[in-house]
Amino acid sequence: MAFVTANWNPLGDAFYRKIELYEMGWNLKDGLRDCLVAAAPYGGPIALLKAHNRCSPSARPQLEIFSSSGLPLASFPWKSGVVKQLGWTVSDDLLCVQEDGTVLVYDLLGGFKRHFSMGNEVSQSQVLETKIFHSPYGTGVAILTGALRFTLATNIDDIKLRRLPEVPGLQGAPSCWAVLTQDRQSKVLVANGSHLFVLDNTACTPVTPPGLSPQASSIVHMCVSFSYKYLALLTDSGHVWMGTSNLKEKLSEVDTKIKAPPKQMAWCRRPKSQQPSAVVMWDGLLLVVGECKETIQYHLDDDSILVPELDGVRIISGTHHELLQEVPGACEEIFKIASMAPGALLLEAHKEYEKESQKADEYLREIKEQSLLSEAVRQCVEAAGHEHEPETQKTLLRAASFGKCFLSNFPPEQFVSMCRDLRVLNAVRDYTVGIPLSHTQFKQMTIQVLIDRLVYRKLYPLAIEVCRYLKTPEYQGVSRVLKYWACYKVCKKKNYILIIFVQPYCMPSCMLVYTVVMYLKNELNRGDFFMMLRNQPVALSLYKQFCKHQEQDTLKDLFNQDDDHEELGNFYVKASYKEQRLEARIAHLQSAVDEYYKAKNEFSAKTTEDEMRLLRFQRKLEEEKGEQLVGFSLHDTMTTLLSVGLHKHAEQLYKDFRVPDKRFWWLRLKALAEKEDWEELEKFSKSKKSPIGYLPFVEVCIKHHNKYEARKYVSKVTLEQKVKAHLAVGDVEGAAEAAIERRNESEIGTVLSRCSATTDHLLVERLNRAKATVAKK
Amino acid sequence: MAHTEWRDAPELPDFSLLKRLARDQLIFLLEQLPGKKDLFIDADLMSPLDRIANVTILKQHEVDKLYKVELKPIVSSSDQLCFLIRPRIQTVKWISDLVNADKVAGRFRRYKIIFTPQKFYACETVLEEQGVYGDVTTDEWNFYILPLDDDILSLELPEFFRDNFLEGDQRWVTTAGSALHLLQSVYGSFSKVYGIGRCAKMVYESWRELMEEGEQRTRQPEFAKVFLVDRDVDFVTPLCSQVVYEGLVDDLFRIKCGTVELGPDVTSSDKSIKVMLNSQDKVFSEIRNEHFSNVFGFLSQKAKNLQTAYDKRRGMDIQQMKAFVSDELKGLKQEHRLLSLHIGASESMMKKKTKQDFQELLKTEHSLLEGFEIRECITYIEEHINRQVSMIDSLRLLCLLSITENGLLSKDYRSLKAQYLQSYGIKHLLTFANLRQLGLLEEQQAGETLTVMESKVGKLVNDKTVGKLTDAFSSLAKKSNFRALSKRLALVPKSGEEYDLRVPRDMAYVFSGAYIPLSCKLIEQVLERDGWTGLEEVTRMLNGQEFAVTGGSSSSEARNKTDAQRIVLVMFLGGCTFSEISALRFLGKERGCRFVVVTTAITNSARLLEALLDNHA
Repeated sequence: MAFVTANWNPLGDAFYRKIELYEMGWNLKDGLRDCLVAAAPYGGPIALLKAHNRCSPSARPQLEIFSSSGLPLASFPWKSGVVKQLGWTVSDDLLCVQEDGTVLVYDLLGGFKRHFSMGNEVSQSQVLETKIFHSPYGTGVAILTGALRFTLATNIDDIKLRRLPEVPGLQGAPSCWAVLTQDRQSKVLVANGSHLFVLDNTACTPVTPPGLSPQASSIVHMCVSFSYKYLALLTDSGHVWMGTSNLKEKLSEVDTKIKAPPKQMAWCRRPKSQQPSAVVMWDGLLLVVGECKETIQYHLDDDSILVPELDGVRIISGTHHELLQEVPGACEEIFKIASMAPGALLLEAHKEYEKESQKADEYLREIKEQSLLSEAVRQCVEAAGHEHEPETQKTLLRAASFGKCFLSNFPPEQFVSMCRDLRVLNAVRDYTVGIPLSHTQFKQMTIQVLIDRLVYRKLYPLAIEVCRYLKTPEYQGVSRVLKYWACYKVCKKKNYILIIFVQPYCMPSCMLVYTVVMYLKNELNRGDFFMMLRNQPVALSLYKQFCKHQEQDTLKDLFNQDDDHEELGNFYVKASYKEQRLEARIAHLQSAVDEYYKAKNEFSAKTTEDEMRLLRFQRKLEEEKGEQLVGFSLHDTMTTLLSVGLHKHAEQLYKDFRVPDKRFWWLRLKALAEKEDWEELEKFSKSKKSPIGYLPFVEVCIKHHNKYEARKYVSKVTLEQKVKAHLAVGDVEGAAEAAIERRNESEIGTVLSRCSATTDHLLVERLNRAKATVAKK
Repeated sequence: MAHTEWRDAPELPDFSLLKRLARDQLIFLLEQLPGKKDLFIDADLMSPLDRIANVTILKQHEVDKLYKVELKPIVSSSDQLCFLIRPRIQTVKWISDLVNADKVAGRFRRYKIIFTPQKFYACETVLEEQGVYGDVTTDEWNFYILPLDDDILSLELPEFFRDNFLEGDQRWVTTAGSALHLLQSVYGSFSKVYGIGRCAKMVYESWRELMEEGEQRTRQPEFAKVFLVDRDVDFVTPLCSQVVYEGLVDDLFRIKCGTVELGPDVTSSDKSIKVMLNSQDKVFSEIRNEHFSNVFGFLSQKAKNLQTAYDKRRGMDIQQMKAFVSDELKGLKQEHRLLSLHIGASESMMKKKTKQDFQELLKTEHSLLEGFEIRECITYIEEHINRQVSMIDSLRLLCLLSITENGLLSKDYRSLKAQYLQSYGIKHLLTFANLRQLGLLEEQQAGETLTVMESKVGKLVNDKTVGKLTDAFSSLAKKSNFRALSKRLALVPKSGEEYDLRVPRDMAYVFSGAYIPLSCKLIEQVLERDGWTGLEEVTRMLNGQEFAVTGGSSSSEARNKTDAQRIVLVMFLGGCTFSEISALRFLGKERGCRFVVVTTAITNSARLLEALLDNHA
């Protein structure tokens, strides 16, 4: 804490600080020497092409992609032509511009996406220099050809090539150039010696920067700020001129006193900066220039590159990754030595409070007396956002929280959202993730884009955690991530899906299967989709469940595809029950019959045909007799017919449908007894020998409380059932007689259990005797 | 069954804690939608919900009106609708339609769906497809387990059986895994896990994954062992008629969520009475595990005792009378009330069950289990079908016949099926398709040809290979192997021996001494052997898929003495019957341990078969 200002350097009214972001995880033998390097803004990935200009055609340089912390993301040998320039698009795709004007696009994990050409003219005269730039319209490519003409495409996703007018008097390559975005147009600013031209679609206009020091004979370097608003020029006399990019206003001019051409120059400005400033890099030296005469000098050990950001410049070397920026206002107020700003006092107050010292109160009083407490809290919160070290963040937030206690109506949102943001930022800044976003960048970038980037790096769990933590609405957050995840798994390889499908038990994978199935359903054509499902029982059953409720017809198609005629038959039978209209019902059943035959299931086919016949029969009768019949089972139909006296029709069904005799007899028996038509019953019993025996006759009479009728049938009952029959009509003696005659021990027992000792003691004796003799044998 | 010592039954852990947890979470979820709201509840969640949070509690948390989900348009004037539902596509679709209808009518409401016990992705997909995903908020109420009694925990998920075993839908597997995880996190870890069945294996895997994710708590375990068993390992037991009191009550009156509604014919009054059946009911707890033939005698003895207790009043002085009224009378009154209810129930039971029909039905079942007089059984079943005695019972007998006989002869299969269809309609073609798929009702054919092939091949190779071949063949044919299993495990006691049902000698008493439930026998054997060793042949006949895993807590010897080591958790995936629970209680008494049953739902033959009908959808 005490050393927060240790890495601060004053420049004019402001301070600049250099923070170490990472020690690079890569292990580069020669650092960045002889490498083509491109680092994406907003803490994006770094692409590296080693030894690209050793032009032997057999040499296969290695293209490597790293995270900002230097962890490898991809690596593959470069097999295409000579690369002139690497660059990143706004959506983290890598562009490789070749000598012949072909641009190859890779994703950040090294997957080839597509390529496009910058036109015939470029491929004929070859690429001399190229610049990749970002604008509100996307990522653009500008090329200076061997014929010293510029060709430009503003958006690589919608390529419209523009060839810019000729630059008058240009003999060799211009001393420097840059792409500007002005008036919704991309323009090129070219320096030829001391002359400066702006090239747009139609014209080449000479321009003069106001107040450029006259000693200069040539402009050797130029750079445009991140926002395209400002321009910096470096002359051969070592002067840095800074002004607006429309060249109407000069902001400052500083003499660097170094005349050697620099390696790189970049703006180092933050929104609400106190002064314009640029960073110029030479071998081993880094210079910050601002408004005043003084400069800040840093020594560089290693070959480095500068990556301009919205609020500073990142410096990447073979071993380190640093951020150079103007110290933000809030931080300066708080940490500046001997600062009496409210935030600084609050921080002090909190420190004393932690030490349990009464000085805390003194400091607090001081702030409160000026009624600046809420300002103090705000400063601390804001400063926390700009600090990189979690410890410092915490200290500031604790101080803010402490200060908040003494405020009655301080709105909590700012504090809460800062805490959340920082938690997320610290997570993505982590070495293993390697996205060193500053809070300002994060706010500019928006959370959606950050999640996209995480997804793009396949950091799905982190992306989901971030969504959940920030309570992003599901459709923007978690669901979207999951969708990408599933798509990724799908796209990666079908084999991979197979692996997922065979692990059915854990919920995420169950969910995944579902996601994948739904995704594939939309992506593949039906045939392929079904073919794929066929080998995946888990996926198939999940999908079937879904179809059952949502897409009945799909289910049918599914069975069709499989030639599962049995299931198709069942499907149609089921469908027939949903139909109200008889014709439709029969039509479905006919389809079922066809399918059953195809399935060689004759039984089901025949049964279904029977059902169709039955339905037609039922309808005919309904129309003729007005009895409700359609939909009844055969048995119920016959019961109904018999109960309303339509014996003929019942008989017809009995014959037509090969109803077993037994069933028919039961039916008749029951129907007659229901009607208590005892006369008819007797006639029926005598019509022929009963296939169900005569005990049921006895029982049915008893059931209807007609003992008299029941007795009529007792004699007809077979010997085996005699005892039962007698007992049924309550004739214990008869039962005893039969049992003894049959010498059946268990039957005798049954009869005995029905005798009461008081009334039938004679009988009991007889039975017991009989039992004894039977047992002896 | 020689038991050297009778130890005291160990104390069971307090499962009411689970209810409290569920209630707290529900209240939290309701509070997430502040203000007055109407609550729509899935019909089958009503009773379980009532056991967790009654209407008063719901009202306290600003639930205005309560509705049952009926999948029909609703009448509600509330601006906030909350739905408490099972994750079913159909219900979610209904909600989507409501939301869309409101949109068309220009009506603005807030909707919240609380899925219990968990969300399914499919449901959210439906919301998305119907274009209402952004209009509703969804939540999960992790109400996994409802303690029905001291030793019965239910997931109350009857659809688990059909979804998992018939439809091959494994979504519920994680639910079962989570339920175990919940038990473990509340009551401590287990020292050993056994299981048999495909689903059991997956549930274990899912549970293990949860264990690995979550933090490990080192607590004194309250259970010694867990046994996971798939319902399809033993279909015979749930298909048998239940004859133990609690099972019979379930078969006759259907116990719903631990409560039975007794109709006017039982209560001998003009209204129905709802009775909670659990160990709190002193009368019930004494008869629940008894064979029903003993119950009546027991109850009349009890009535006599009660009378004597009442009679004590005579000859009391005022002081004594006062003490009697304040101390005993209330208890006696309560006992009186329960007694009269149970007497009513058992009377109606005797009326129905001692009739000739039932005796014959039981006789047929016993013959099937024993494998005697199969022809007579078939004739009996035929008559049963032809007389339209009972749709479900006929089906039940058919299935029993098929399983015990290893499938029906082709001729019988066709004729019985045809007759059944004549009685109950062609829609049962679908039922039969389902039954065949589950191996409940099959044609023998395939199995026979395989057996022939098997024996031919068997002659050519050595014994070990034969075993493997048999494995392959039996899994192909999905044979039930009941006869062989029954022999191996001595499930059917020798016939002819007298079996005194008042003094049960083994678990067979729950089926009148005719059959020891296969599921319970397996549990007994595995616990006895501390694993599957020695049961290789049995597991082979059950299509393998058995496992035994030693859990996290080690040094089992040291803990052997504690009560916890004598509590065994048995999880039935796809439901369990009261007969099985009674059998396990008996086994527990014999072995001086206690069983806690976790089941996806309480089932019986009717529920099992009804789940396989295809008349819905």
